[in-house]
Amino acid sequence: MSRVIEFRDALCEAMTEEMVRDERVFLMGEEVAEYDGAYKVSRGMLEQFGSRRVIDTPISESGFSGLGIGAAMHGLRPIIEFMSWSFSLVAADPILNNAPKMLYMSGGQFGCPIVFRGNDGAGGQLGSTHSWCVESLYANVPGLKMAIPAFPSDAKGLLKTAIRDDDPVFFLESERLLALKGEVDEDPELLIPFGTANIPREGTDCTLVSFGRPVHFCLEAAEELAGQNISCEVIDGRSIRPLDVPTITRSVRKTNACVVVDQSWPFASIASEVAATVSEQCFDDLDHPVVRVNSDDVPAPYAFDLEQEMLPNARKICQAVRTATYSS
Amino acid sequence: MQQSGSMQPEAEPTPPQVQQAGRDETSALLASLPMDTVNHWLREMMLIREFEVRTMQAYQDKKIGGFCHIYIGQEAVAVGTIAAITPEDPVVTAYRDHGHALARGMDPKYCMAEMYGRIGGCAKGKGGSMHMFDKANNFFGGHGIVGAQCPLGAGLAFATKYRDEVINKERSKHVTLCFLGDGALNQGAVHEAKNLAGLLDLPVIYIVENNGYSMGTAISRGTTVGHEITRKADAYGIESAVIDGLDVLSVYRDMKPLVEHCRQTSRPAFVDMRTYRFKGHSMSDPRKYRTKDEEAQYELLDPIARLSKAMINNQMLTDERFKQIGKEVRQEVREAIKWSVASKPPGKDELYKDVYVEKWGPYTGTSLPEMLGGDES
Repeated sequence: MSRVIEFRDALCEAMTEEMVRDERVFLMGEEVAEYDGAYKVSRGMLEQFGSRRVIDTPISESGFSGLGIGAAMHGLRPIIEFMSWSFSLVAADPILNNAPKMLYMSGGQFGCPIVFRGNDGAGGQLGSTHSWCVESLYANVPGLKMAIPAFPSDAKGLLKTAIRDDDPVFFLESERLLALKGEVDEDPELLIPFGTANIPREGTDCTLVSFGRPVHFCLEAAEELAGQNISCEVIDGRSIRPLDVPTITRSVRKTNACVVVDQSWPFASIASEVAATVSEQCFDDLDHPVVRVNSDDVPAPYAFDLEQEMLPNARKICQAVRTATYSS
Repeated sequence: MQQSGSMQPEAEPTPPQVQQAGRDETSALLASLPMDTVNHWLREMMLIREFEVRTMQAYQDKKIGGFCHIYIGQEAVAVGTIAAITPEDPVVTAYRDHGHALARGMDPKYCMAEMYGRIGGCAKGKGGSMHMFDKANNFFGGHGIVGAQCPLGAGLAFATKYRDEVINKERSKHVTLCFLGDGALNQGAVHEAKNLAGLLDLPVIYIVENNGYSMGTAISRGTTVGHEITRKADAYGIESAVIDGLDVLSVYRDMKPLVEHCRQTSRPAFVDMRTYRFKGHSMSDPRKYRTKDEEAQYELLDPIARLSKAMINNQMLTDERFKQIGKEVRQEVREAIKWSVASKPPGKDELYKDVYVEKWGPYTGTSLPEMLGGDES
């Protein structure tokens, strides 16, 4: 049975169900308890689980991230919420130096089953300090997994998978998607495995690969291009580490064209990685080099129009597809 | 009157010394402890000392690579504090970690083989000198980034308390020991950890092994109120103690009630453990930042010599027995080295093991063929 709920409620359901299922799971972060979550993602959870399992922290990302890692090393399964992934930068040492390396550095003795989650990407005129897209920066680190849902159903299924995963998972949400509604199954075993991309729209002329919020821009562009007789296949990667390369290459072999849309900066980015991989594996299938659409290589500006200009959007994606398919 | 914001450290010798236990006090302490226990501590400290002497030699012979930090002089801290907890209590420390690993019960051969970079090492040769781990003995590392272990220590205490109280519905009954150097006092992570520990009532004891130097920077040059660092615990509402870390008897005497107090109240504590590292910060340190006089002054307080002399004075030890223990630990460390030399370096098959719990990589630019069943072309 499924019903239509908001993205934020899908996240809340995932956490709630997993906390009912496993007493070792707890939620910790700024404003997660009494405030119901800065973005109301954990609404009602304090009431249901009490203050021992839904824990407000001071503004102290380095401290509570490290605390979560220590707890994970000793057998608990923490969910650590960052109000924004932009604030995770002050916790870079614990989240990059401890969580993903603990298992390896201890010769397999101490794992780190922890989920770090929160808003990633531009929220809307927040200026550059608050508009980080951390995926390219953090995905470089071996030992962590990274999931980035674009739809409510995936938000729930991927988060449940993340909580049950034995390795550290970086879970990237988008403030701009939290109110998005969609069908979500009520099945408490709705688990979407990492490394399985989804194809929300099939097509024949060009493969669009994206992750998180820009998947919606891709769908918008695909709709517009359909009116111009260009048929796009949209791939929603859903997880970045692991990356479902076979689904991408299978599609490119069919369409012979590829555009990668990634909201982080272009230099050494997820888009670069996908473009390189597609070029390596589909060299003979490509009619045009892979085209990348990223945020512009500048700090995110505040001014509304300028910020919109900086981010990937349907217009830029349409242009990229026309280039990749020689339709311009 | 001085404002606290502009308060300067007092002109005191570096590092500041603590009141030493007198002869009568020492005799009374010795009389209050089982003979086997004191003998065990002496042997442990001698084992760590011998282990470190051989480690330095092996390092100079290029058998050990990377950075290597020697614990000589500080043996009484690891031995006396860990004697005050139970085997189920978690321990976590910084990178000067060989002494803690051994005091926690790690077999010296696993510790030495780790530095030799062998598969027989405690972390299969993937951690090295600064990153010793021993799950069976509740030893949660050896951490290389200064202060990084302090939030982890809060998390270990959170985990024991959560397990005891939330899952098992019992009283919180564990205490975590988290060691740090005085050089870590100025790291943000340490302050955040203390605040969280105080705020969330976490049973963790932060033990500052105050050897007076943050690498080559004397404490008075690196931190405010360096002569009275317990004030940095007051700021977080955490109880504190100053302990003579050069005397294992004092360490145990003062730590034992503190540990039990933290266990009972499920609250954190902070210890200014006054000690001295007799060697350099690491193996490449000519120690130009301190005087030979100062070093000589501290050598008079050598924790092993102090304990053995006190034991001899109190008829708990003979010269022959002392020499015999020396022979035994030399033999034990020789065997650890022999074992390390015989252990193989980790093979290439180890390179991709333990990156993830599941099998992983190698990363070939084709994503993760082993996880995903390979490229379908």
